[in-house]
Amino acid sequence: MTSTIEAPRSPYTRSAKKRGLNWEKWGWIYMRVSGVVLIVLIFGHLFVNLMVGEGVSALNFAFVAGKLASPFWQTWDVLMLWLALIHGGNGMRTLVNDYATSRISRGILKGAILLSVVALIVLGTLVVYTFDACPAGSPADLLPALCSTL
Amino acid sequence: MSTATIDNKPVVPEEIKSFTVTLIVRRFNPEVDDEPHWQDFDVQLYPTDRVLDALHKIKWEQDGSLTFRRSCAHGICGSDAMRINGRNRLACKTLMKDLDVTKPIYVEAIKGLPLEKDLIVDMEPFFDSFKEVQPFLVAKSTPVDGKERQQTVAQRARFDDTTKCILCAACTSSCPVFWTDGQYFGPAAIVNAHRFIFDSRDENAAVRLDILNDQEGVWRCRTTFNCTDACPRGIQVTQAIAEVKQAIMRGKA
Repeated sequence: MTSTIEAPRSPYTRSAKKRGLNWEKWGWIYMRVSGVVLIVLIFGHLFVNLMVGEGVSALNFAFVAGKLASPFWQTWDVLMLWLALIHGGNGMRTLVNDYATSRISRGILKGAILLSVVALIVLGTLVVYTFDACPAGSPADLLPALCSTL
Repeated sequence: MSTATIDNKPVVPEEIKSFTVTLIVRRFNPEVDDEPHWQDFDVQLYPTDRVLDALHKIKWEQDGSLTFRRSCAHGICGSDAMRINGRNRLACKTLMKDLDVTKPIYVEAIKGLPLEKDLIVDMEPFFDSFKEVQPFLVAKSTPVDGKERQQTVAQRARFDDTTKCILCAACTSSCPVFWTDGQYFGPAAIVNAHRFIFDSRDENAAVRLDILNDQEGVWRCRTTFNCTDACPRGIQVTQAIAEVKQAIMRGKA
């Protein structure tokens, strides 16, 4: 009787080199660059939200509404949203490439990652740019208190 | 009055203490076993003995069927890379005094390559990716005086670290990406590409950089430093990979 242990790795099938843009290289560069930018953005975000002024007790609906009304914080938040989601999505894509062995599971997982990243980016960007704390024509009892002072 | 007697102890060299070490070896015999299993052996050893000596003692005195590769037994040929207590090491360079002998020592074959028997794996996939990076000098021009291609000390020092590779596969088989992905070139192939990419006499750096600038090339590296930790020659493997990445980004060596 002879038994062979299954080869531990997925079989060796290196495809012919494709010409054109090297996504793998630019993906790697993107991870490095966005990582550095995100350190500044995220820690700046945490610092302003949790430590400046009254600190964490200042956080409420009005605080967030105030931030999202300023173009500076809109840009900051959108930048953070896009960079972080693509950074995380690309990181999960590399994990799938490492550990998902069959083409089908690879495709399903990567598709799910792409879908959730795109959905979150679209929703997040919509919220940041179209957020209105006091929508016109809404009943007064549904509006936050800060609207009456405007 | 009693006469003083001289304490006439014979000069005996201080005895070096030996101790019993338990080795737990992962065995697999394809003709008998369905899957690998662990087997323990008790061996009497000195602190200056190596794991390879322990394996020899087992093979010669206890169980002749234990199978492992070794050739020079002095850390040059690169035959006896194995996982010792979960770390990739050369059995011939791992001394008992550097291990905790109060606990059993676990010895198994390196991971990520097909297991053939006991501590022996099929090295072909490893050599395949080594061959693919063209690990030989390519120079089409004739040397200036028709004799030799001269290098300055600095030019030689540029790739000195990666010339030390003995192709033992300790780095490649310690790489978590290599464990799961049959496509990745692995650290050893990149180290040997680095050795020629940064050699001033070589003229094929662009081709090698192109080979490694692949989805399965250097970008697969996650800089976990497992390879640097595993290298028995002390090559800064992760640094070499990073230098190849830099060279690809700049488009030149």
